[in-house]
Amino acid sequence: MREIRYRKPVDPFEELTFKDAREKIEFDDFDLWYGDFHALKDIELDIMSNMITSFMGPSGCGKSTLLRAINRMNDLIPECRYKGEIEIDDVDINDPDIDVYELRKKVGMVFQKPNPFPMSIHDNVAYGPKLHKMASGKELDVVVERSLKEAALWDEVKDRLEDNALSLSGGQQQRLCISRALAVEPEIILLDEPCSALDPIATTKIETLMRRLKEKYTVILVTHNLQQAARVSDMTAFMYLGEIIEFDRTRNIFENPREELTENYITGKFG
Amino acid sequence: MNEVTKERWVKSGLYVAVALSILILPVIVVWVGVNGFGALSWEFLTGRPYRFEYGGIFPQIVGSIYLVGLCTLLGAPLGLASAIYLAEYAPDNRITQTVRFFTETLAGMPSIVIGLFGLQFLVFWLQLKTSLLAGAISLSFMMLPWTIRASEEAIKTVPQEYRHASLALGATKWETIVRVVIPAAAPGILTGVLLGMGKAIGETAVVWLTAGSGLEAFVPRTLRSPTGSLPMYIYLLATQGHTTQGMQNAFGASLVLIVIFLSMSVTALLIRNYYLRKLGR
Amino acid sequence: MRSEDIVSRILFLCASFSAIVVFLITLFMLREGIHALNWDFITGMTWKPGRNLFGIVPTLVGTLTVVTGAIIIATVIGVPSAIYLAEFSPFWLRNIIKSTVEVIVGIPSVVIGFFGLMVLVPFIRDNIGGRGESILAGWVVLAFMILPNVITLTEDSIRAVPRDHKEASLALGATRWQTIRRVVLPSASSGIRAALILGVGRAIGETMAVLMVVGNPEVPWIPTSILDRVRMLTSTLAIEFSYVEWGSQHQYALFAIGVLLFFLVTILNFVATFVIRRRNLK
Repeated sequence: MREIRYRKPVDPFEELTFKDAREKIEFDDFDLWYGDFHALKDIELDIMSNMITSFMGPSGCGKSTLLRAINRMNDLIPECRYKGEIEIDDVDINDPDIDVYELRKKVGMVFQKPNPFPMSIHDNVAYGPKLHKMASGKELDVVVERSLKEAALWDEVKDRLEDNALSLSGGQQQRLCISRALAVEPEIILLDEPCSALDPIATTKIETLMRRLKEKYTVILVTHNLQQAARVSDMTAFMYLGEIIEFDRTRNIFENPREELTENYITGKFG
Repeated sequence: MNEVTKERWVKSGLYVAVALSILILPVIVVWVGVNGFGALSWEFLTGRPYRFEYGGIFPQIVGSIYLVGLCTLLGAPLGLASAIYLAEYAPDNRITQTVRFFTETLAGMPSIVIGLFGLQFLVFWLQLKTSLLAGAISLSFMMLPWTIRASEEAIKTVPQEYRHASLALGATKWETIVRVVIPAAAPGILTGVLLGMGKAIGETAVVWLTAGSGLEAFVPRTLRSPTGSLPMYIYLLATQGHTTQGMQNAFGASLVLIVIFLSMSVTALLIRNYYLRKLGR
Repeated sequence: MRSEDIVSRILFLCASFSAIVVFLITLFMLREGIHALNWDFITGMTWKPGRNLFGIVPTLVGTLTVVTGAIIIATVIGVPSAIYLAEFSPFWLRNIIKSTVEVIVGIPSVVIGFFGLMVLVPFIRDNIGGRGESILAGWVVLAFMILPNVITLTEDSIRAVPRDHKEASLALGATRWQTIRRVVLPSASSGIRAALILGVGRAIGETMAVLMVVGNPEVPWIPTSILDRVRMLTSTLAIEFSYVEWGSQHQYALFAIGVLLFFLVTILNFVATFVIRRRNLK
């Protein structure tokens, strides 16, 4: 078990980020197995709100699995079992009485490969609110506009909302997926390697977007791109073979890692 | 003869084989068209059969359309529901295997056996009598496996990513199926249903035993009335007719039947083509 | 969570409908047919309903003869066609041909029978001999009817052969035809066999088109030449049902034919599935 210590802030601008942060998600002694494979071991983690937290590590370290545990998408895999608690706002989300559909409304997800529905841009964004009966008719249009603006896509598509979503570029599709997730008014946003299928310019747009999103949401990012984690995230968890090796402010992880394993990974000794 | 020459000969052989395979369609269409065109007239299409070989085929046309329409209404939703179960809910166990085996068995069932079953079960046991209803239900037994196959395939083609995206937004499995999967699979399902309808309208053996003699002079008034159908009409005139008028009427009816069949089948394929192109696949 | 359970159960009920229908068919067929399914039925050489003689052998031979010839013709034309579609044809042409084949599957069999009766039968009568209505006519008509099924399934099997096998052969300098003959076809052989078995199943069950061209003599006999007229299981059922007496032994005998047909086709389906499963295990 690793102790998580937050060292005293040095940079006043950083101070702003951490000032009002509260615990949003707490992993307590959490383990997960796919069949016999022990995918997550002894996870203890506190994720704070209004920050970007990134999970980083080599392939197969369990970062995506950890991410998907937060919105219980792992439940879709039949051989998956877990033990331990994951609390969001002090409520254990793995409790059998929990409405997993409400959970997934509260915790939005953006996938590695952009996956808009084969519908119009408008209908993509409206899908969630319509489903959860949050709005209808004209109100839906308002929600769609607001979400697209929030995802920095509105200006590019406002004249062609009825066009098929698949006609957008990769970067636009991904922003559409973000917009679709924002439309249901989540509190937490999970992004699973959102830029790995995109070109550098689209990637930059999304990274800028993420920085804006943290003002309102809890953002968790999985990435295999070290530079991206360093650029964008406030807290970073480094994972290896299902365990969290080190979890600290990003600046500390990259400039002054405590564990040798972390240092080796950052300096590219393995990857 | 060296390998390269042999290859050329083989290729020619293959071309011939393919040409022969699809030959049947243009040959039939042209033959029916040429011979049947002369029979087409307003009186023929709107009149009633008279003295076996004379008159028109209006009740037969309407009868066929009613039969296929009702059969689709009964068989297509059931087939779609079955396909949804098999594609999305069925666990990988013995029960599912058994269900699939029986579906395949039904698919391979000779039409005459289904007709026989329809006769025993629907016409006699359930007292439906030789009727539109009995005919339509029997036809739906045939349509069921076709719809299941086409729908299941269409559903399986829908990418998993759409389902994940929907579930991640808080939808239940059923909501995902209804709002995302089925709409995405709709063209494939529609194509399958239309092709099934095309096959059903040409079915003779089944309707022979369950729907009516074929030469009804009246459009079926209720579900329990016997009904004529184009295939039965054609069969009777072709095998038992001896006047030129009778033959001509048979050709005319064949032409009408082929036209209806082709419109359904070609529409089905156009739909599929349009959507495949639209999705860029 | 609970409503998901309900949905799942309702859908399961829908899916079992086919199974229920098959079960009912078996039940009803056997209920009637059992009265006539006896040794005399299976080995009897005479079918004379008027004299209460119900021997199925000539009719069975009729079906088997016509089906065998048809499947041979269908194989000779269909397998090369499938090879062409899978290996040689450009993408757009393959789509057109496959779509055409899908349409051909649905062509009303009565119209094909009509064509056979009006064109093929006189042709045989005038140019080859006999009454025209014959086994030969049956071969041609039935072959073309099962052709689309054979082609579709065979093409699927050939396409299923992994590309690496083909590329390895070509990389060693073989021509495309050599590769097909030595690598692709053997690999696809179980799929092709399954396709042919299913083709036979379909042929056995085909009613209308063959009915109109094979002659259906009053008293079925064992044919001696391909120009002979024959009776088939399906055509016997179709024709005699129009004038059968209810409750008579004749009726039971006809249902027994139905049982026989059902039985044959189901066994063939089973064998075909088995053949494919064996391939998948390898």
